[in-house]
Amino acid sequence: MKFGVVTFPGSLDDADTVYAVRDVVGIETIPLWHKDRDLHGVDCIVLPGGFSYGDYLRSGALARFAPVMSSVVDFAASGGLVIGLCNGFQILCEAGLLPGALVRNQSLTFVCGQARVKVERADTPFTGLCQRGAVLRLPIKHGEGCFVADESTLRRLEDNRQVVVRYVDEGGAATAGANPNGSLNNIAGIINEGGNVFGMMPHAEHACEELLGMKDGALFFRSIESWVGREVRR
Amino acid sequence: MRAKVYVTPKAGVLDPAGKATERGLHALGFGEVHDVRLGRYITMEVDGDPTDVTARLDDMCRQLLANGVIEDYLFEIGESGVE
Repeated sequence: MKFGVVTFPGSLDDADTVYAVRDVVGIETIPLWHKDRDLHGVDCIVLPGGFSYGDYLRSGALARFAPVMSSVVDFAASGGLVIGLCNGFQILCEAGLLPGALVRNQSLTFVCGQARVKVERADTPFTGLCQRGAVLRLPIKHGEGCFVADESTLRRLEDNRQVVVRYVDEGGAATAGANPNGSLNNIAGIINEGGNVFGMMPHAEHACEELLGMKDGALFFRSIESWVGREVRR
Repeated sequence: MRAKVYVTPKAGVLDPAGKATERGLHALGFGEVHDVRLGRYITMEVDGDPTDVTARLDDMCRQLLANGVIEDYLFEIGESGVE
């Protein structure tokens, strides 16, 4: 099992992601460069957080022109696992790999803190080791994390159970108070129809070790490892 | 030709920046203002004949300049060099 973490100009969390997955969680991880077309045989691609291309035009809009992204699109089309965190989620939406869009937080302020998310799906490659309904604690830090989609897209996302994680309060209720950015239906992360592309605003990579106060993020990377392991044995 | 492209949030899409600007205008005493929408204005020089330019600009807007999920666009084509 090998992760590849893409570095775009303006990526911020790429090195932290490599450190968290390789050195803390202990899964082989390599960096991928935005000019690379070769994905070096990775099993899962991580599009990390940050401000790729300075967030010019719209967050995530310009990253899809990076050479590596045409390989990522092909990789996803053939069923490869792709996870986008924060800016990575924005890139996946802009590249058309996930529906909807992420716009300015309703509060107009950059949010930086902890969020609680409820795992709505524990049967995806990204959440297989979570309990369905479990409430995880993860850090958030974004200015444009408000998930929006038109009414029919939103209905389809809910009907197809493509909402994987939702912002909730301590008791697990998706209240307005628990929603840090105004996302429709408290959506924190969604999966594509094929079930192999996942985007989420909270930072799993910054919640992998006790020292940082949160460890729930490691569950996502371990789930992927476990899923890939099962696929290989199959 | 000089093209002017206007990109604005779709009706129905939350526009918190527009709302905040509206509140600012109200605070300054411009109470007659409502439904402020904040967008982008892009200008560019485009070569080609006018009918082609219209179709090409439409493609540019759909593929990059606007995000159809959240934004509407319109554009005008005028004389080269004239803002």
